[in-house]
Amino acid sequence: MQAVRYARASSVDEAITMLREGGETARVLAGGTDVIVQARERRRHIDLFVDIKHIPELMSLTLDAGGGLTVGAATPLYRVYGDAEVTRRFSALAESTHVIGGTAIQGRASLGGNLANASPAADSIPAMIALGAVARVAGPAGPREVSVADFCTGPGRNVLQPGEFITSIHFPARPAGSGSAWERFIPRNEMDIAVVNAAVSLTLAGDVVTEARFSLGAVAPIPLSVPTAAEALVGRPLTDATIAAADEAAKAAATPISDMRGTIRQRKHLSAVLTERVIRRAVERARA
Amino acid sequence: MTTTEDGILIRTTINGDPTTFLASQRDSLLEALRERLNMTGSKEGCNNGNCGACSVLLDGRLVNSCLVLAAEVEGARVDTIEGMAEGEQLHPLQRAFLEEAALQCGICTPGFLVASRALLAENPRPTEEEARFWLAGNLCRCTGYDKIIRAVLKAAGEMDGKR
Ligand SMILES: Cc1cc2nc3c(=O)[nH]c(=O)nc-3n(C[C@H](O)[C@H](O)[C@H](O)COP(=O)(O)OP(=O)(O)OC[C@H]3O[C@@H](n4cnc5c(N)ncnc54)[C@H](O)[C@@H]3O)c2cc1C
Ligand code: FES
Ligand code: FES
Repeated sequence: MQAVRYARASSVDEAITMLREGGETARVLAGGTDVIVQARERRRHIDLFVDIKHIPELMSLTLDAGGGLTVGAATPLYRVYGDAEVTRRFSALAESTHVIGGTAIQGRASLGGNLANASPAADSIPAMIALGAVARVAGPAGPREVSVADFCTGPGRNVLQPGEFITSIHFPARPAGSGSAWERFIPRNEMDIAVVNAAVSLTLAGDVVTEARFSLGAVAPIPLSVPTAAEALVGRPLTDATIAAADEAAKAAATPISDMRGTIRQRKHLSAVLTERVIRRAVERARA
Repeated sequence: MTTTEDGILIRTTINGDPTTFLASQRDSLLEALRERLNMTGSKEGCNNGNCGACSVLLDGRLVNSCLVLAAEVEGARVDTIEGMAEGEQLHPLQRAFLEEAALQCGICTPGFLVASRALLAENPRPTEEEARFWLAGNLCRCTGYDKIIRAVLKAAGEMDGKR
């Protein structure tokens, strides 16, 4: 690895100062499961790691009285899917974090790292988008909020300005009659990068879908929101025909490339298949 | 953590023993264990988080030591394969691996043992599927996994029976 310095921040303000003093080659270190590999392979020039894991609020997981969920940006994933309430109410998030890497990766990897790394195939991002999550950001110019759907700007790129970092991810409370689901397709059983991943969160009143949010990953330069799929469902009774219309909308929204993991045709097909599966699972949960 | 001319002094607890060691700021925990502390039980298979040969516990949590900076363990607890047997007394998992012939070349074995021990600490009677899922981040090129899983389930039965 390159000659890199390590600094441990104990507060948000201290991290802001360290990042500002470190300049362009300073990097936040959360679980290190992306950034240590990148530093070692010299894919990124890094002079300073600012470890944010000793800032208590960055390592928290809180369900508030109103039913909202706030996950500290560096909280390891095992604590996310390991929480029974998260699994029950924010199922898509639990499903995605449970298969990011293996057990040892989940002991360290974080939502903040998955989001900031901004891989088009990142597994938790579609779940966060579907659940309407907001990234809370700190920086030299003060705190701000960015919707996860607007956070990534290209492969490996995001909206963060120099010195800024994510402090937490906030998930709004779930209305009654809501369910969510996430699924990916990989050729192996575990430990692989998604060919496509998909998530939905929806709310039912009787048989009518009153709200829905869809997301697809690995089919565009950034994880996508798919409002057209939601339009195919919202305000309509849930039938095989309306579900099929949502699947077709997802397929149409996908603009994938062909690479070693899959072809354009396969990825478009998978966009529809996975969308159908997550709808059906989310509906079961909404009715449970 | 103290910065000196030769690097940084890191204070940590390894296998229960308070340990201070000198490392460079860019060393991984795996490099520090193997090259500075002469604890070569943890293996380097891939150096990028994919194989699990470098598995250790950090504050009780299973991690890949190749994806941890040595500097990060300041003040933390590290448990490695070297702490698994008690003197000559092998851990039940180690015995089961021998009895079930769950290793050939042995490079993956320390990682599997450390990861399996973490599994049984959290889930004393895993199903086969739970054991396979937990160990999905540990790769073995020799055994085909079946014997490893058999050994883990056997040790789980023994250990749970004695509880
Ligand atoms: C073997 C292996 C398997 C993997 N499998 C998967 C998988 O199945 N699915 C998947 O999506 N990913 C996978 N990954 C990638 C990686 O584990 C995830 O992206 C993980 O969530 C990254 O989180 P981290 O905390 O380790 O981030 P780090 O490596 O610490 O950081 C990643 C990037 O984000 C920045 N960063 C981190 N936290 C913040 C913050 N709070 N604010 C601003 N910037 C920040 C860092 O500076 C760095 O640029 C895998 C990686 C490995 C090594
Ligand atoms: S050497 Fe660490 S996971 Fe392979
Ligand atoms: S015994 Fe050789 S890699 Fe597992």
